[in-house]
Amino acid sequence: MSDSPASARPMVIADRVVKSFGSHTVLKDISLTVNRGEVVCVIGPSGSGKSTFLRCINHLEKLDGGRIIVDDELIGYRERGDKIYELKPKEAAEQRKDIGMVFQRFNLFPHLTVLENIIEAPTQVKRQSKDAATTRALELLARVGLAEKAKAYPASLSGGQQQRVAIARALAMDPKLMLFDEPTSALDPELVGEVLDVMKQLAKDGMTMIVVTHEMGFAREVADSLVFMDGGVVVESGDPREVLAHPQHDRTKAFLSKVL
Amino acid sequence: MSTSRSARHTVPGAADQPEPIKAIPLRHPIRNIVAIILILIVAAFIWDAATNRPTYDWPAVGKYLFDQRVSAAALVTIELTVLAMVGAIVLGTLIAVMRLSPNPVLKGVAWVYLWIFRGTPVYVQLVFWGLLATIYKTISVGVPFTEPWAVWTTQDAISVFWLAVVGLALNEAAYMAEIVRAGILSVDPGQTEASTALGMSWVQSMVRIILPQSMRVIIPPTGNEVISMLKTTSLVTAVPLSTDLYTRTRDISAETFNPIPLLIVASIWYLFFTSIMMTGQFFLERRFARGTRFVDVGPGTPAAETASVPTVSTATPAAHPNKGDGS
Repeated sequence: MSDSPASARPMVIADRVVKSFGSHTVLKDISLTVNRGEVVCVIGPSGSGKSTFLRCINHLEKLDGGRIIVDDELIGYRERGDKIYELKPKEAAEQRKDIGMVFQRFNLFPHLTVLENIIEAPTQVKRQSKDAATTRALELLARVGLAEKAKAYPASLSGGQQQRVAIARALAMDPKLMLFDEPTSALDPELVGEVLDVMKQLAKDGMTMIVVTHEMGFAREVADSLVFMDGGVVVESGDPREVLAHPQHDRTKAFLSKVL
Repeated sequence: MSTSRSARHTVPGAADQPEPIKAIPLRHPIRNIVAIILILIVAAFIWDAATNRPTYDWPAVGKYLFDQRVSAAALVTIELTVLAMVGAIVLGTLIAVMRLSPNPVLKGVAWVYLWIFRGTPVYVQLVFWGLLATIYKTISVGVPFTEPWAVWTTQDAISVFWLAVVGLALNEAAYMAEIVRAGILSVDPGQTEASTALGMSWVQSMVRIILPQSMRVIIPPTGNEVISMLKTTSLVTAVPLSTDLYTRTRDISAETFNPIPLLIVASIWYLFFTSIMMTGQFFLERRFARGTRFVDVGPGTPAAETASVPTVSTATPAAHPNKGDGS
């Protein structure tokens, strides 16, 4: 990270990624580059493979073809000569701890308090002391505006609050990349804003983010680049304002006419 | 938003509340008659048992209830129950995890175990364990096809008590495996995903995230199994172990030719233990209900929610000064 040409090396390179479930090929040929500090929004109709692609980046799903490189490291595999070896679960976990993920359905641990949710991975995975992890967790909670909820259980929070805790939980691992899988799709409309505001702040602070979303306003305002996926391929990508205002492909036009 | 209600209705203030309903409650004559008949039947049975039936022999019940041989046997029954259940829970969890494993051999072995131990009567299994020393006369430790390092006669190595524990535990493990498996499957897959995405290992997410949550589903049927095990220990006479509660009271009655009071004594002891277990289960269930809605809500109240939202508020409190006068 401290190398001088750091900003020149992309954070994420996806190269001709293919993923199938049985006979159904979800990702046909996805190539995408995300530079450090960049925010990329991925849009597209449901079933287009957006979430699957996101889950491939932290190896929750195994690739069937192509490769994904995060911070110069091949994800899920090791190359030796001309052979590719699958990583051991422990090595895959090692890669995941630097990639934060926020889910559509929050997936907070319901049997733990907000604070315990956030310090779980730092203490268990990174072996941080409980005091250090707690101090950091309270900082992060203040950052997402929930300092007074540290002792509450997730079930007593609103959806928007739960999602903000989930973001704080991911940030507690000091990730170099954040993946957001439709973070506002399960929220009541009036709670969407508070989560987007936290994400905007995160983008402003220079976090590299890949966001699968239906929030076109967020994409237009925050994203450095917008990717439209359909049928397992990237149909169109580029400057968000440009893509949203002047879509080139018919499929993009058809999709945007429905959602805008 | 608090003014929206007064805007819709013409109610001037909170002091004028709607009148509560003062209805005459519905009568339930049949319910009452059935209850009275039931009370009469139960009372008649108790009166009859206490006065008319000398074979119950209540003085003998009192005499044997705290007989030292009986209380010692009650202790053996508790030991059998606890040891067999601990063994069954450990082995059952292992088999449950094996059944959920992607490895087909582990899966297959777990399935065959279940098939055999759930598919044959526990009494038959206990008789088999009693015959262990007949089938396998010696137990030896060492590398196969070489001189063993140590050899024991089976009879000396394992006492009848431990044969009974093993027999009960191995049978019960098959049932516990299914209970634990159901518990694990009841946890939202998103939980595994979230812990995996945080870099936790399979063991870490199982032990710290999945199993604690599955406890809510696992504990009630396990409580059932403990109570069931307490009573199943009365079958250890098949091994044959004769120091447990039921076998001991039966042996005493064989000497006194007075079986009924001793059956009552044994039943009282079983009921006593069952009652203790039910209380324990209640507290365990409460402990693992943490984090479910309406249990132990943290200091933050719903009222504080709006204050904590960092978004710019678009509320304009001064925008509707005339709303109250709408009527």
